[in-house]
Amino acid sequence: MLQGWAIVLVSFAYLGVLFAIAYYGDKRADAGRSLIANPYIYALSLAVYATTWTFYGSVGRAAATGIGFLPIYLGPTLVVALWWYVMGKMLRISKAYRITSIADFIASRYGKSQLLGGLVTVIAVIGVIPYISLQLKAISNSFTILLHYPEIVMPAKAGALPFFQDSALYIAMILAAFTILFGTRHLDATERHEGLVAAIAFESLVKLLAFLAVGAFVTFGLYQGFGEIFQRAQEAPRLAALLTVANTGGSYGTWASLTLLSMLSLMCLPRQFQIAVVENVDESHLGKAIWVFPLYLFLINIFVLPIALAGLLHFPAGGVDADTFVLTLPMAEQRQTLALFAFIGGLSAGTGMVIVETIALSTMVCNDLVMPLLLRQRWLRLHQRRDLSGLLLAIRRWAITVILLLGYIYFRAAGEAYALVAIGLISFAAVAQFAPAMIGGMYWKGGTRAGAIAGLLAGFAVWAYTLLLPSFAKSGWLPLDFLTDGPFGIALLRPQELFGLTGLDEISHCLFWSMLANIGIYVGVSLTARPSVAETSQATLFVDVFRHAQGSERSRIWRGSASVQELLPLIGRFLGPERAHEAFLAYARSRGLQSLDQLRADADLVQFAETQLAGAIGGASAHVMVASVVQEEPLGLDEVMDILDEASQVRAYSRQLEQKSRELEAATAELRAANERLQELDRMKDDFMSTVTHELRTPLTSIRAFSEILLDDPELDVAERQRFMGIIVKETERLTRLINQMLDLAKIESGRAEWHTSELDLGEVIREAAEATSQLFRDKQVQLVLRLPQAVPCVVADRDRLMQVVINLLSNAVKFCPPHEGRVEVGLAADGDWLRVDVQDNGPGIDPADHEIIFEKFRQVGDTLTGKPQGTGLGLPISRQIIAHFGGRLWVESEPGKGATFSFVLPLGASAGAAEQHERTMAQAAR
Amino acid sequence: MGKRILIADDEANIVISLEFLMKREGFEVDIANDGEAALEAVNDATPDLILLDVMLPKMNGFEVCQQIRANPRWQGVKIIMLTAKGRDTEVAKGLGVGADAYMTKPFSTKDLVAQVKQLLGEGA
Repeated sequence: MLQGWAIVLVSFAYLGVLFAIAYYGDKRADAGRSLIANPYIYALSLAVYATTWTFYGSVGRAAATGIGFLPIYLGPTLVVALWWYVMGKMLRISKAYRITSIADFIASRYGKSQLLGGLVTVIAVIGVIPYISLQLKAISNSFTILLHYPEIVMPAKAGALPFFQDSALYIAMILAAFTILFGTRHLDATERHEGLVAAIAFESLVKLLAFLAVGAFVTFGLYQGFGEIFQRAQEAPRLAALLTVANTGGSYGTWASLTLLSMLSLMCLPRQFQIAVVENVDESHLGKAIWVFPLYLFLINIFVLPIALAGLLHFPAGGVDADTFVLTLPMAEQRQTLALFAFIGGLSAGTGMVIVETIALSTMVCNDLVMPLLLRQRWLRLHQRRDLSGLLLAIRRWAITVILLLGYIYFRAAGEAYALVAIGLISFAAVAQFAPAMIGGMYWKGGTRAGAIAGLLAGFAVWAYTLLLPSFAKSGWLPLDFLTDGPFGIALLRPQELFGLTGLDEISHCLFWSMLANIGIYVGVSLTARPSVAETSQATLFVDVFRHAQGSERSRIWRGSASVQELLPLIGRFLGPERAHEAFLAYARSRGLQSLDQLRADADLVQFAETQLAGAIGGASAHVMVASVVQEEPLGLDEVMDILDEASQVRAYSRQLEQKSRELEAATAELRAANERLQELDRMKDDFMSTVTHELRTPLTSIRAFSEILLDDPELDVAERQRFMGIIVKETERLTRLINQMLDLAKIESGRAEWHTSELDLGEVIREAAEATSQLFRDKQVQLVLRLPQAVPCVVADRDRLMQVVINLLSNAVKFCPPHEGRVEVGLAADGDWLRVDVQDNGPGIDPADHEIIFEKFRQVGDTLTGKPQGTGLGLPISRQIIAHFGGRLWVESEPGKGATFSFVLPLGASAGAAEQHERTMAQAAR
Repeated sequence: MGKRILIADDEANIVISLEFLMKREGFEVDIANDGEAALEAVNDATPDLILLDVMLPKMNGFEVCQQIRANPRWQGVKIIMLTAKGRDTEVAKGLGVGADAYMTKPFSTKDLVAQVKQLLGEGA
């Protein structure tokens, strides 16, 4: 016989041990020697996932569906494989921005939205309270059952007893007190509870050992191991069906959806977020957890089927709830200590869950629901309160109490409506609604606040309609025809066969429709809604956390002014003045400053203050509070994006790259052009040299040939000798002329020619040139006509050079005029600012294609009749250079058969002087 | 009967010197002042040897040489190219189009005469 007081005593002793561990853990943490700086403790604390629902409920589910209990553990086992990726990022984000809860996480991601934080909190509270009820029920039932030891009596229906006799109420109150002691001893800026984590890890160990002990006892004590149990079950027709995987069409779908659901809930359950993210002290612990946690799940599940089968074999008549087999089997075998140990194991599972879940919820309720509302109530004058840390703690304590009481009330009201497993799954489905906004927000910058709110609301509404309301209907609170015929008899809207979707179990059905609505609306609204600046910057900070969290971007996207005298009291009001002072001093020291007076209230400090505050009251409220004491200058979206947005950075970078590559291309093109020009010049020089060589060799050939002829043959007759010698002399003259002209041209081109400028009368120059060439005209009997006005304005030029030009033009004209009938006319006239000279002949004319060629060096255009023209081929190029030197122009107008007119113009007056001046300067510079 | 030599050059004084040299050696001499005239002259009376300047008006020496070599009737005609451009490529080009010898201006009259005689098989 186990006395009630003995059970209570053992229970309190156990809770006392827990508290001692927690207390020791906190002391160690304060001393800086963290007890939980150990990856195994982290992994064990994650096993808060396994509640009484696992401890008792798995066996119950196994007794009903065989291995149908497994998906709840397969999901987490599968999802931890992704942890390194997903949870690692979540941890980094949460640490960088001091995230205190899943509501805070989602609210912060979407522009520190208080509305979103509140919404997540409400959903979490509504979704999780039944789950807490479940724990209360399990603890209460196990207590009642154990109380009747060694008799096995199923507890009375919930609500059958007056509440003051109901052990569940006392359990709820004790747990509330315990949670308050554990979770709200002081207000931590990081919202971390090291002692609590140590205690939870211990609890995980206890419940695992208890379950293994019962399992080992059943399997190896009652039977001869697994083999015998399965064999016996096989022989019992009633049980054989449990050993097959699935016997209905929908059960594969059920497996898949349960697996998915448990995957999501492992990340979205407030307590899992609390333990895995908020309480994490070292990101590297994740590495161990990735294999220790699945191992834990494996161990705690290994005896589920044997216990279930043994229970069914042992209590063939029914009457014993399969959910209690873990406890009732040792009792039936009169194993008092083992039964007590099993009870303690169940107590561990229940208290662990309740404590962590309630702390997580109370943080959310306080930070994301109550504080934002209170802070808006001006009449409360909260802004003037010097220290709000007491208020915060009070709110949390009340939140814990209220949540547990709500859990109790739900238990009283609905405790018998469903088996344990169903309530757990309903909770899972509720918190799974956080997944799109949370996971989407970590990887998709496009997710917006409006999208998250709309998606959450839609998912939550579908959840309430397809799971919560039907559960009410099944509890008798709503008429059942709501379930069977649909609201107002509209069959299409039947909550669990929505739009005619049948063939799914209720959980899969809910998951399908709620996720469809949630994800669809989240993505749809996000794509259409334009995000605000805050949302955009938060999105980038979250998605690119590995790039931004350590950097200074967060401070850079804030601009404004603040003062330490305002920030410090603000933080002090929530953390307590002393703690705030310490935090600021530590911050100042980390910056190499001696005292707070030296601290400047720059963007970094504002950021620091907000982060400190976020740890206490959540990101959204912290932002509002800090904003109330600083003057923030709103940044434009463009500015923020310029600072933050990866795309714009990449864009800018690629723009620069493009620019550079364009510049490079341009430079390459220029180089290529220059190179081509050089090659062209080289080729031209080569051609020029080749041409010059040719021009020099030709007269030399004649000279050498005739010299050798004369040398070889002294007997040559006088006339011939005379003729040959004449040729030699002429060719020598030609050679000399050629060399002179080449040197002349080279000098002009290189700017080293000497110019003797003076004012001169061009008419006089022409007359002199005509005089100089008169012999040529006479020889060929060509008529020369000069049409010169009496007086023309003077030009400033080199007289000898101009003479050279005119003589060149006249001798060219003569050369191409037909003998005897040739006629050359020279005109001179002032034409505006120019003085113009025309030399017109009646020769064969020049093909227009050759009008420019004749001004190139050595490019003579031959007369087909007379063969090769006389001359060096340098006269016109030189003339053109001379005229150009004085700012004028030389050109030809001609048609074949109609003679040719060579004309040049020279500028009048000053411009010539300017050109001269310019030329002199250039010449000096060249020297 | 004396061998016939065609002188194709547009430089009057060079033509005079070549004509004198060839006549002194007892050859009959024809003159052409451009490429086309040179081909006509070959057509009128096939010479035994052509002194062919490269830089001829209307049709340059290379083309004249090619045209002559393209005609089976004129396979026996010896061609000495003369050029004032002394570059190696010119020499190679000249020999490439089928010239028998190539001489750079200004040339030694003795060498030229020796070359002509050698090609005509009269020995030096």
